[in-house]
Amino acid sequence: MNSTVILGIFEEGLIYAIMSLGVYITYTILDFPDLSVDGTYPLGMAVTAALIVLGVDPILVIPLTFLAGAAAGCVTGLIHVKLKVRDLLSGIIVSIALYSINLRIAGTSNLPIFSKETIFQNSFLGSLVPAALTPYTTVIILLLITVVCKLLLDLYLRTRSGYLLRAAGSNDTLVTSLGRDKGTVKILGLALANGFAALAGGIMCQKQGFFEVTAGTGTIVIGLANVIIGTQLFRHLGLVKATTAVVFGSIIYRACVAAAIGMGMAPGDLKMITAALFLLILVISNLQKGKVKKHA
Amino acid sequence: MLKLEKICKYYNPGTVNEMCLFEDYDLEVEKGEFVSIVGSNGSGKTSMLNIICGSIPLDSGKLYIDDREITKMPEHKRAAVIGRVYQNPALGTCPDMTILENMSMADTKGKPFNLRRGTDKERIGYYQELLAGLGLGLENKLSVKVGALSGGQRQAMALLMSTMTPIDFLILDEHTAALDPKTADTIMELTDRIVREKQLTTLMVTHNLRYAVEYGNRLIMMHQGENVMDLKAEEKAGLRVEDILQKFNEISIECGN
Repeated sequence: MNSTVILGIFEEGLIYAIMSLGVYITYTILDFPDLSVDGTYPLGMAVTAALIVLGVDPILVIPLTFLAGAAAGCVTGLIHVKLKVRDLLSGIIVSIALYSINLRIAGTSNLPIFSKETIFQNSFLGSLVPAALTPYTTVIILLLITVVCKLLLDLYLRTRSGYLLRAAGSNDTLVTSLGRDKGTVKILGLALANGFAALAGGIMCQKQGFFEVTAGTGTIVIGLANVIIGTQLFRHLGLVKATTAVVFGSIIYRACVAAAIGMGMAPGDLKMITAALFLLILVISNLQKGKVKKHA
Repeated sequence: MLKLEKICKYYNPGTVNEMCLFEDYDLEVEKGEFVSIVGSNGSGKTSMLNIICGSIPLDSGKLYIDDREITKMPEHKRAAVIGRVYQNPALGTCPDMTILENMSMADTKGKPFNLRRGTDKERIGYYQELLAGLGLGLENKLSVKVGALSGGQRQAMALLMSTMTPIDFLILDEHTAALDPKTADTIMELTDRIVREKQLTTLMVTHNLRYAVEYGNRLIMMHQGENVMDLKAEEKAGLRVEDILQKFNEISIECGN
């Protein structure tokens, strides 16, 4: 394995880690299987590409993609809470609708931004970073963004609002007893989760230099795989926070995919690999749960 | 004061299984009353609590708290002035969060759940004091997840959490039914102490006739959506279990349980 492959694992792993932090909010904290990330991840890409083409500052684009994703997450939440549609279906409805919306936003199914300045490629970085470090700039910037996202989420989960979000997933009767509307809390959680998913998509767009309308297919599977690998592997090491575990899980998962490709699979097989790996992880985590029960 | 006026509640309306639970049911609970409610299964005790709390909708009738109509107020808004402890000890606490986090949340009730720190460090001493009052040693286990506690410990915490902030009513829904007899006694004594200390208006549904007789200053026996017995203050004061047992047996046999 050469250094380009290893850098690639870390770069993609870190980007998917941001999206997985969102999946961690819905899947682990809220206990809500939210499929809308399949639409909000490319939504982040579409918004980013469109805004960068318009000449908006690439750094300013990052919070804007988060807001776009959060708005879409709110829609999923509103459909589920107000219209009483089942959780899985609400996500599917929104992710399908977003496919068309993403096409509208980008105006085309493939929008390149190679020639534009991005957070990874700009004159400021060019003048600042010494030539020897150039191959590592991208991964360093990504590490920075991911760590900031993780720390902000950690901070949020320790606020009053964050406590309520955690309570909503684990016992929503308590949320009602505390005089709060559990529906509103769910909507807030979905907004945050999809904000992270869109932000990850936006960063990916800035890194790869284009928006691609089908890029979101299977995002939820990757996100769930990352979350489950991370939380299962690091569960026994009490020192690691769940959010940190999710970031590690993303990188490990990416390494597994790279290894599979390294063994001679074609890029077209990627989704198959993703699905097979995810299934493997689910089966292993089920076996582990069984073991724990037998011991207890 | 709590007032239920001409409450009607049907289950499965419009089907062959239609069942009328309440028809023109009235109830007034004065401030400071501690009402024990007994009755056989299906007599409407828990449904009444659910109607008061807004957990199930009404078919007709009106609900008032101090002359303010709350019939249409959603459940979580009513919860602002109501503390409720459920039969299932898991419902009153959050199992995935620590004792300290649970206490902090209960303390935040009535205040905005915003981006301020979830746990106010200056309040920790106060929480420990409250937990010490339970006599279960929980004050030294602040960072333990509530899911790791026993049913009795959780129920004690649920009781503490639901009465931590000022409330007008305490609703106890068979809150000792899932506990072993000794723990149930402990929780019941704790309940009585908290109700007295905070002078809470309380409605307690129980299957334990001894608790119903021993605690509280009013006793209601329900049967098929009606009060078949309603004893207040001095009428209740001299009451013994045997006095209500006969009546209770009559209605139970009638229902076949």
